[in-house]
This record gives sequence, structure tokens and C-alpha cells, in this order.
Amino acid sequence: MEKTATLARELNIREMTLHMGPSHPAMHGTVRMFLELDGETVVSSDVEIGYLHRGFEKTCENRTYHQAIIYTDRLNYVSPLINNFGYAMAVEKLFGVDVPERCKYIRVIMSEISRITDHLTNVGASAMELGAITAFLYMIKAREVLWRLIEEVAGGRGVTPSYVRIGGVKDDLPEGFQGRALEAFKVTREVLQEIHGLLTKNRIFVDRTKGVGAITADEAMSYGFTGPCLRSTGVAYDVRKAQPYMVYDKMNFEVPVGTNGDNYDRYLVRMEEIQQSMRICEQALFSMPPGPIKIDDPRITFPSKEDVYGKMESLINHFKLFMNGHGITPPKGEVYQAVEGANGELGFYVVSDGSGRPYRLRCRPPCFMIMSGVSRLVNGGMVADIVPTFGSVNMIGGECDR
Amino acid sequence: MEESLTLKKLRERFPASIIDTHSFRGDDTAVIKRVDVVDICRFLKESPDLSYNFLMDLTAVDYLQMGNSPKEGRFEVVYHLYSLKYNHRVRIKSPLTEADPTIDSLTPLWAVANWLERECWDMFGIRFDGHPDLKRILLYEQFEGHPLRKDYPLTGRQPLIGPKN
Amino acid sequence: MAIESALGESVVLTRTDKVLGWARKYSLFLYPFVTACCGMEYMAAAASHYDIDRFGAGLPRFSPRQADVLFVVGTISHKQAPILKRVWEQMCEPKWVVAFGGCTCSGGPYDNYATVQGIDTIVPVDVYIPGCPPRPETVLDGIMKLQEKIQSQKQEL
Ligand code: SF4
Repeated sequence: MEKTATLARELNIREMTLHMGPSHPAMHGTVRMFLELDGETVVSSDVEIGYLHRGFEKTCENRTYHQAIIYTDRLNYVSPLINNFGYAMAVEKLFGVDVPERCKYIRVIMSEISRITDHLTNVGASAMELGAITAFLYMIKAREVLWRLIEEVAGGRGVTPSYVRIGGVKDDLPEGFQGRALEAFKVTREVLQEIHGLLTKNRIFVDRTKGVGAITADEAMSYGFTGPCLRSTGVAYDVRKAQPYMVYDKMNFEVPVGTNGDNYDRYLVRMEEIQQSMRICEQALFSMPPGPIKIDDPRITFPSKEDVYGKMESLINHFKLFMNGHGITPPKGEVYQAVEGANGELGFYVVSDGSGRPYRLRCRPPCFMIMSGVSRLVNGGMVADIVPTFGSVNMIGGECDR
Repeated sequence: MEESLTLKKLRERFPASIIDTHSFRGDDTAVIKRVDVVDICRFLKESPDLSYNFLMDLTAVDYLQMGNSPKEGRFEVVYHLYSLKYNHRVRIKSPLTEADPTIDSLTPLWAVANWLERECWDMFGIRFDGHPDLKRILLYEQFEGHPLRKDYPLTGRQPLIGPKN
Repeated sequence: MAIESALGESVVLTRTDKVLGWARKYSLFLYPFVTACCGMEYMAAAASHYDIDRFGAGLPRFSPRQADVLFVVGTISHKQAPILKRVWEQMCEPKWVVAFGGCTCSGGPYDNYATVQGIDTIVPVDVYIPGCPPRPETVLDGIMKLQEKIQSQKQEL
């Protein structure tokens, strides 16, 4: 020991400081990492975020409740529908109203499709960073099929659909949706099969991910991890099971958990979650009741376009909801509503002062908590292992920095 | 309405530091005095029949423009806790005055408090005593002011380069 | 005319400008400066379904020194702006800049303290691709516009 120390002194060895990012191919989204390296081992690291801070919370405080929806899209832009629904549910909770049954089913279906696209993108992108471009192209193929589904329902492709309305959704599912959805799931299943063949037992992939970036359950909880990153450590916490919202309590599904909390487990958990999400979607598609898709309350929901053009009362109602200084006005109070986003618990904390704008809108971003633990994940590992670790935590800039 | 177990326990244990409790739409909330925040959170985390082991969220609200703002102070720091074992949540709020927006740090209890408190400092200018490294996280060092305060203008741009349009 | 008839079809005569433009427009090396949501559509445009490679722009280079076209994809915040400028400065001539998405064109939905209101306040932009996010078809159209521009401009050697 002493010998190495003297040797180090004589050779003038010192730790190297390396800046990784902010514009780095593996840093999808922009993050800067300050690394202290001893050879190739990371001694300590510091992560700097905030390059995509776009003032989500401040902007929403200056918009009406409905205008804020489009900003929630752009939080986690890989699964925007979940953010939409989470926000709408928070406002509905503030009102103390409950949406119709069919609307809940539609929300469940759309959330799960969104979750699938998120996991597909994440697994594909993190595999690509390890050199498996084929996996990425396959994943995007499946995502494209699912995005087309979202497009025909919501009108926008997967990134910014803004499908939700407070008290309901924009439109009912189009005719023949069920068949096309089942078709899309078939394609997705085939792709997953191929990905399993390409990655799950792939020597390079396994070597680079197994045992890398591991964390124990206790530490993960202390860092506030939720979602796949927490479940990969063996804790089966899923908001959909723990505090069921919408109609998740009527669905039959399992929460996959891992054991080691490393990158490989996170990959496996995500792959299994895609399967479970498809299962939920299929159940919901077959058991969906007919009925209205939004609350019938002129103080909350918009009248339909035909009525606005055809009836005086609806026109006035529409006018009142859209005029500056009017709009929907929830009662005074504050609520916190959590949903299971693709990265973990996505919470919305809304404070209302009784006016038409949220007094304070706070989003609990799952990524932010996970990013705070990233330096713990990479410390002590190799510098090259940062890439798979960073890929597998699925940092989404829009959500992390807001 | 029946008071939940958590709020009852809190009242029993810390009668002097609870300012108010309520449950709007089923969200249990306790408003506490700032001096006891670490003790209360430790109690919530460690007492076996509550075991709130997650610090789910930490944020603040600036009540400057709220009509009848709470008299205790302009800011309120808001903690959301969750217990995995009992599957329940609680919200802890603590008012702070404008003159001295300082509260004790929760970093000894939860690792995630480190970043959350930095964010809160960045956005509201609330100081956390005992925080190891309280600096900006989302914005840059050169930024002046705290954007989520209600008296900061929405378009108060402070560009590093380029025009201020 | 006389030379052409003498040589027949074995030789094509053209101007240097034209041939350089032709070569440059079909070998675009992109530097995707991806920051936000638009990156998802960039991915979709680059993957097999829409296949940006048909336009000779399929190979992203992640070093600004090897790239010709800076694709600014996604919101640029004030914290990010100096980095963008630096990346642009590091690129070799000839270089072009494409503003991808509403945020880069004008700030998009974000008119607040944190975001740059259009990257043209920082770097010169050649092609604007509007949309929030632009559909892949729009992106391809934008690339074709860029190609036209490259073809018709004076080629620096
Ligand atoms: S233009 Fe729209 S989709 Fe693109 S980065 Fe801006 S907000 Fe996101």
C-alpha cells in the first residue's frame, strides 16, 4: 500500500477531472457530469441538470386550467398522455367530481399505450447506445404503429396529443379502434420477441448491464426512486396497484419486480411491463361499457362544437368558459394526485385560490428523484458504464427540468 | 369527520407545534411550526405504526397574491410523505416569513432531500439550514432572483448571451 | 458545343459551383443538437419508417467538427444558449443551421423567463421547420428546402 503511494507520488499520478456533456451523444437530453477519475474508475461524480428548464410551473400559473394541459404534454414527452390524465385528475379532485365510466376506460387504454411507447423508446435508445442499432430500429417500428393509434384517437402523433379535457376526454374512440389496436399489439409482441432474441441473452449486452449501476432497495427508497427503477430492486410499489385510480382495480395485471436493481433488471422490468400494459389494454378494450365520455356539467366541460354553432345557450356557455377572466373555477383548496407515470410516481400538486388560473401547479417529476441518485449509481464503476446506467434510468429532460 | 391516525398521533405527540390540521378531499394535511420539522419528520419516518419512508415531494408555495394569505408568513414549504408499508400519505406544511425564509434541512433523513431543497432554494429563495451544498440546480449561477416567487415577472429574462427580447 | 459532340456521352460538362453544390447537398452530415420533445420526432424521422437516409442525411455525427448541418432540435433555454453557440462556432465552413420545431423558431409555447425566443437571436438559421413537433414529412420537406438552398448558393472552396 505504502509502496503504491510513494510510486504514485514519484510518478505524479493524480485524479483526472472529466466533463461529460452537456452535449454528448449518450446524454439524450442535456446533462453535464463532472467526473473525478482514477484511471478508468469513477471516484466521485456530480450531475448538473437544468439545461431544459422551461419554466413549466411559472407558465402554468399564468394560464387557465385548460391552457395548462398543453404544457403537461411536454413534461414527459415520451408518454404525454399519462401526464395529461394525471393533471386532469388532479383538477377533477379539486372539483370533487368523478368522470364517467367509459371515460375512465378510455383513459386507461390510452395511458397504457403511452406507457408502452415510453418503454419501447427507452429500451431501444439505451440499447442503441451500447451499439445495438437494430434493436432501436425495431423498437421505433413498433412505436410508429402505436403512434398511429394515438394519432387516430387524439389527432396528434405521440409527442403532443393534448387529448384530455378536464372532466373527460376530447373524443370517443373511433370506429374499428379495437381491431386496429389488437393488430398493433400483435406487431408489438412480434417486435418484443425479436428484441428478446437480440438482447436478453446477448453476451455483450449482458456483460455491459448485469451488475452495473446496482442499488439496494433501501437506498433507492431514500433517493425517492419509483417506477421501474425502484421495482428492479425488488420493491413492488406501483401506484396503479397501491392506490388504484381510474379503473385499474378492475384490471388483472402483475407488477414485475427485479432482484438486483442493476441495469439488466431495469431492462427486464421494462420489457415485462410492456407485456402487462398490453394485457391491461386488451381487457379494457373488451370490457369497456358504452356511455358518455365527459361529465355533463356546463361549469366544467365544454359544450360540443355542433351545439356551439347551433344553440344559443351553448354558445354563451362556450364564450363564458373561454373568455379571459372566466373559465373553469375550482373551489379554493389544494390537492395532490399521483398516477403511475412511465418512470414512476407522477404527482400533481395544485393549489387553487378560487380563480380561473391555478395559483400553484407543481409536478412531482419521477426523473428528478432518479437523477439525484445517478451519481450514487455511477460512483465506483467504470467510466464506460455511465452510458448504460444513464440510458437505463431513462432521464427525460422535459420532466426532470420542467 | 373522523381524524386519520397520522394526524391524531401527530397531535398527541407534538401538541405545541401543530398549528392546524385538515383533510381537504381526503388529503391529510398538518400545518406545523418550522422549528420542529426535522423532529416531526423523523417521528413520522421512524415510528413503527406510521413508517412514512418516502419523501415523495418537497416544494413551496408563495402566498403573496392569495387574497387572505396566511398570517404566519408569506411562504409555505410543503412536504408530501408516503408510507409503503401502510399505503398512506400525508402532507406537512410549514409557514415561513418573508424576512427569514429559513427552515431546517431534511437531508439527514432522506437522500433525495438534497436535490429537492436545492430546487426550492433556486425557485423560491428558501434557505435550508444544514444543507451540505445549497446552490442553484435548474437555473444558472448568474441568475438573479427566484422565478417562482409571485413578484418575479413571467418574462423576466436574464440571458447569458444574446438579446433580452 | 463542339467539344461535347466530339466527346459524345462519355463526358459531362458542368460548372464547378454546380457540381460542388450537388455533392454537398447529398452528403449532409447532421449534428443533432437534441434537447427536448422534438427529439422524439427527429428519432422517428431518422428511423427506418421515414428514412432520412434517402436524402443523404442519414449519418449523424456527434462531433461538431465533422458535421455540416447543425440540427437544433428542441427548446433552447438561456442556460443552454452558450453551449449552442459554442457548438456552432466549432463547426467548419461550409455550415448550415436548421431550426427544428416551434421552440427553436420562435420560442414556441414557452414565452417565459427561461427560454430563448428563437435561436436566430444567437446563431444564423438557414431553414426553419415549424411545428410542435413537426411531423416527419415536414422534416423531410425542410431537408429538401435546405438542399435547394445549398445547390443554389455560391460554393466556397
Ligand atoms: S416545438 Fe414543441 S415539441 Fe418541439 S421542443 Fe418545442 S415544445 Fe417540444
